[in-house]
Amino acid sequence: MTARSRFLPGGWLSVYAFLYIVFLYLPVIFLPIFSINTAPTPKFPLTGYTLQWYEDLPHTPALLDAAWNSLIVGVSASVLATVLGILAARSITRYRYPGRRAINGLIMAPLVLPEVIVAISMLLVMLQLGLSLSLFTVVLGHVLVCIPYSMTVLTSGFEGFDRSLEEASADLGESAFGTFRRVTLPMVAPAIISSLLVCFTISLDEFIIAFFLTGTEATLPIYIWGQLRFASKLPGVLALGTLLLVASFLLMTIAEILRRRAARRTQNEGGLYA
Amino acid sequence: MPEQPQIARPQSDRSMIEIKNVTRSYGAFKALDDASLTIREGEFFSLLGPSGCGKTTLLRMIAGFDNPTSGSIAVGGQPMEGIPPNRRPTNMVFQSYAIFPHLNVEQNVAYGLKRLKLQGGEEKRRVEEALAQVSLTGLGKRLATELSGGQRQRVALARALVMRPKVLLLDEPLSALDKKLREQMQVELRRLQQAVGITFVLVTHDQYEALAMSDRIAVMFGGKIAQVASPKEIYQRPVNRQVADFLGGMNFVKAEIVEENGASLVVDTLGFGRVKTDKPKAFVRNGGGATLGIRPERLRVLWDNATAKFEVAGKVVERHYFGEITHLIVEIPGLEKPLSVTETNDFGADDIPVGTPIRLAYDPEALVAMAD
Repeated sequence: MTARSRFLPGGWLSVYAFLYIVFLYLPVIFLPIFSINTAPTPKFPLTGYTLQWYEDLPHTPALLDAAWNSLIVGVSASVLATVLGILAARSITRYRYPGRRAINGLIMAPLVLPEVIVAISMLLVMLQLGLSLSLFTVVLGHVLVCIPYSMTVLTSGFEGFDRSLEEASADLGESAFGTFRRVTLPMVAPAIISSLLVCFTISLDEFIIAFFLTGTEATLPIYIWGQLRFASKLPGVLALGTLLLVASFLLMTIAEILRRRAARRTQNEGGLYA
Repeated sequence: MPEQPQIARPQSDRSMIEIKNVTRSYGAFKALDDASLTIREGEFFSLLGPSGCGKTTLLRMIAGFDNPTSGSIAVGGQPMEGIPPNRRPTNMVFQSYAIFPHLNVEQNVAYGLKRLKLQGGEEKRRVEEALAQVSLTGLGKRLATELSGGQRQRVALARALVMRPKVLLLDEPLSALDKKLREQMQVELRRLQQAVGITFVLVTHDQYEALAMSDRIAVMFGGKIAQVASPKEIYQRPVNRQVADFLGGMNFVKAEIVEENGASLVVDTLGFGRVKTDKPKAFVRNGGGATLGIRPERLRVLWDNATAKFEVAGKVVERHYFGEITHLIVEIPGLEKPLSVTETNDFGADDIPVGTPIRLAYDPEALVAMAD
């Protein structure tokens, strides 16, 4: 691999890679730039520096309501998805049974299903079940889209969990509950926290499912969508968007660090690699 | 590890582990088939056999991780039926060592002591003592990820020994180490066992490991115990061809039983003539045939005009050089298979040309009769 890459046109490849990254991230960089611009319309040249749009945010009751709703939905969905994810990941990594792969595939499927279709189907099912649309139905929808992410994080934390660690604990006199508390839980804790953070972030940013399944209560993305109709509200939306962006980035970074730590803990066990 | 005085430990005849007619079935497959065994107090006992022979199954049943389908296991006179691993007087060193990666060395070793709630620094004292026993003093604060394979192994040992078990179970503890470290750990393990006086039960597929460390060995094949004896007896007086073969090179010669009585066996062979040997303990006659065996190193090359009371003559057909020894393949008229001879290179065995006529001396004591 490395030997062959020396003969590739390294210069052009670098240019391509650079343009690719720029295309991907330039819009994201405009967001914070225009959010501190004094002009209410997002265009160059910049007119001046201000934090006014950020200062206005806490004085917008509808926004605070939306933030609170998003928090409730995010926490509920991430806890539910992680609990279900733990059970599924444990079963997939620990036991061998017929249909294991198929089940794994079905759990991961929402990752590749068009979200609009999922949202509409869920809406139909919820209405058929006689559920009235509320934050609760949004939570159910978010659990569905969060579980694949939760599974991915948790499987990488559980995979290679040396079963003899639990046996060693029992051998040293510890009860089943004590073993869970002193060995299993500390070992997989980083993966669990990582899964919670990932799910929370996804729920926080998710728009389509929330849009279809919520009643009168808006989550943050829905609030932003609503604000886009008013040109004068745009700078506030940019400020809010920047904050969401930063929050997502931080949460995902922490989650990834924890996931790697969990994977390191459970893998490379035993003297073979030492 | 500090030098331990090599004082012969008083051998106890009291039994520590009683295994009676233990069978472990998985459906139609019997991982262990009616095994009975007594392991004595304070002895270094090895379960030796190829993979799948049931040795690990037996060890895990002693530890309580598996249960016999039928039969009974008692440790220290106490029946183990229904007793979970955490309440058995045994501790185990796992093949993967199973060091808790989220704890440091000290916390790993103290893991089992935490439940005992020891008073007044007793826990710390015992951890220090255990670390000293395995030469890890000063490494208590290290994380498991910062240890070498050999060090992990020592942590696993200390963690088990600190519990002061009646029996220490070792599941292929040296298999993950490289050859040099493995040989060093064999000596250390043996020394440690003599120092602490705890009954050790070792599972291994490495015959040299078992021979080097054990007081007694049980050789197992296909879920059955083939022979239980001291390393010397196992090596020199294997009960059948399978055991003989597993414990290193052995020349097998077809033999006819001429006479059989309580203690001895007289057989006729083509290369070695009429031979009287001790009858193996579990010898079961299978028709008129038997097999006579001799280890390659018990055949010696007779140089020049030297003579011996017992000798066979033949011709060198192959020569293999191994550094300190040379392996000669010698064809003997009348024998269906040539003999393997291992000779040290002090006298120039490595220079014997292929095709040379040669005479080999042997001690009739080294001949062993086996059931086919």
